[in-house]
Amino acid sequence: MRNGEGMRELTYAQAIREALAEEMRRDDSVFIMGEDIGVYGGAFGVTLDLVHEFGPDKVMDTPLSEAAIIGAATGAAVLGMRPVAEVQFSDFLTIGADQLVNQAAKMRYMFGGKAKVPMVVRTPLGSGTGAAAQHSQSLETWFMHIPGLKVLAPATPYDAKGLLKSAIRDDNPVVFFEHKLLYRTKGHVPAEEYTVPIGKAAVRREGRDVTVIASSVMVLRSLAAAETLAAEGIDVEVIDLRSLRPLDTETIVNSVVETGRAVVVHEANRFAGFGGEIAATIVESEAFDFLDAPIVRLGGKDVPIPYNPVLERAAVPQEEDIVAACRRLMQESRRSGVRR
Amino acid sequence: MSNMTSLSATRATLPRERLVHMYRQMRRIRHFEEAVDRLFQQGLIWGTFHLYIGQEASAVGAVEALRPDDYITSTHRGHGHCIAKGASIPLMMAELRGKETGYCRGRGGSMHIADLDTGNLGANGIVGGGVPIAAGAALAIKKKGTDQVVMCFFGDGAMQQGAFHEAVNFASVFKLPVVFLCENNQYAMSMPVEKGLGSNDIAARAASYGIPGVSADGNDVLAVYEAAKEAVERARNGGGPTLLETRTYRLRGHSKSDANRYRTREEIEEWRRRCPIERFERWLEAQGVMAAADFEAVKAEVLREIEDAIAFAEGQPDPDPAQLADGVYA
Ligand SMILES: Cc1ncc(C[n+]2csc(CCOP(=O)(O)OP(=O)(O)O)c2C)c(N)n1
Ligand SMILES: [Mg+2]
Repeated sequence: MRNGEGMRELTYAQAIREALAEEMRRDDSVFIMGEDIGVYGGAFGVTLDLVHEFGPDKVMDTPLSEAAIIGAATGAAVLGMRPVAEVQFSDFLTIGADQLVNQAAKMRYMFGGKAKVPMVVRTPLGSGTGAAAQHSQSLETWFMHIPGLKVLAPATPYDAKGLLKSAIRDDNPVVFFEHKLLYRTKGHVPAEEYTVPIGKAAVRREGRDVTVIASSVMVLRSLAAAETLAAEGIDVEVIDLRSLRPLDTETIVNSVVETGRAVVVHEANRFAGFGGEIAATIVESEAFDFLDAPIVRLGGKDVPIPYNPVLERAAVPQEEDIVAACRRLMQESRRSGVRR
Repeated sequence: MSNMTSLSATRATLPRERLVHMYRQMRRIRHFEEAVDRLFQQGLIWGTFHLYIGQEASAVGAVEALRPDDYITSTHRGHGHCIAKGASIPLMMAELRGKETGYCRGRGGSMHIADLDTGNLGANGIVGGGVPIAAGAALAIKKKGTDQVVMCFFGDGAMQQGAFHEAVNFASVFKLPVVFLCENNQYAMSMPVEKGLGSNDIAARAASYGIPGVSADGNDVLAVYEAAKEAVERARNGGGPTLLETRTYRLRGHSKSDANRYRTREEIEEWRRRCPIERFERWLEAQGVMAAADFEAVKAEVLREIEDAIAFAEGQPDPDPAQLADGVYA
């Protein structure tokens, strides 16, 4: 790898901070607000020091009021501002859910196309930190279910920055899910201006045998699983959805047409999770004729996230679960005599 | 507000044995929290927790005004309420260690400890989440026709939540037997109370719900007790809810990690000098209730109790991952 500006590495948290700063510099209507995002720098340090450059009018420490934060973002957006609201843990989206689901998402359509609601709600999801049942959920499916909302869940620092910039410039309400376990991960983030388009998945690893469809932290676990499986001669393709709504069905279907096997993996509860939507999308498409084995859905167990670290780990898919699922798929299709 | 007055008239109403009990409870909370902090540094406790150090007078004074069969709802900063209401320290320690025999079978951790046997309806990870639950518990008491009371603990930050407003209004409308106790420790995480609330006068907000509002020195355990006693009696006698503010201070960081960027060292020092335990000691000594040697003896007993609890927790079994999915439904 070459050294120099073009190849610099940032953490996921730094990449998000940079997106916020660049968009605030670029467009005076952009501002950020949330609990403890000023001098405290946010619960995960994402907005650290931004208040020093932009001041408390652009980096607003709000009262502890999720309904008002999301609702005020909605109201400000209708008047042409571009607010980026932070909700400290995505579990607290439930408190502002009326404003997001009944107000922001529906306003444009209800008003017959008269309003625009260009706002972003940034919020961390996921387990793995011992924060237990009310601070560890993955509720992205709730919001994917609502027409009018866009839902993003980046896995890399590059995408976190590029997608956040796109989200801020988008004229619709966007829920932007960050993962707590990703904040400190590092990756290449160019210094030059770029954006990542909403609605495009990325093929993170090409492979012939199984397509693993993942998002957020599960992309990292899937890539690690793919390495293990490669050593056994199983060649895994990993798709990083990045954008959950709109969903890039084309990339998914094209891949499964090639591999004939699909594993969908998410941290959110498996029951009624978005893995079901993806599996249905595959079987409703031309990929159905190419399937060599049933689609496997991996998701969180149907329990609130427990505190004990061993239980917590067991509650959501891990690398070894992805490995096991891919192995099983290969064995099943071998047994049924499929040759590719 | 003067911080050095009061600690006075109550002597007549509380026997020596209760005063010593209150002192011991404050010490148990303080040293429990110090132990939690130490175990976290040693990597024996994980996740997150919020220490109650500096606020001991609030929980102990308020719970002293309750009967054992009364209820409390608690918060993310709940260890103090839990101990004050009579929880077992070994079982709390086992929970923080994630053990099967802990209060929540290792499933809940610090933010979810509940002890229904002592009337503790649970800590809460959602700020303000306990306030409607307290109203509901008080509703059940009213329907059952018992004369129990609910003491609902929450912070200044919770007063910024819609759930708080709805629940207090609900309780007022139905004249429910609940005391809403706002522990104003000056901050909601990094948000100073005077910036997070449009009106700094917390007790005055009670008027908008048509209920009495009272403010007490939250570092004065006897002042808290007296104010709570009046509110509890009102609730027990059908007079409906009260909003009670205890003014206190969180001496430690918000949670396990906190660089204190939002406040000064001088401010923390200033409040350290108003330590509720030391203030109570001075009063107990001046009244001839306890002497320096008694304080030392209580402290030594409490420290031993906590070391025993740590050893107990260490020896407890971990949950069996095969039972992960048990217990979601009744
Ligand atoms: C609904 C909700 N929003 C935000 C948080 C994150 N959070 C946890 S405690 C806290 C501050 C609470 O302040 P206060 O109610 O005054 O209680 P204190 O921590 O001071 O005891 C915040 C913002 C949360 N747990 N729940
Ligand atoms: Mg507070």
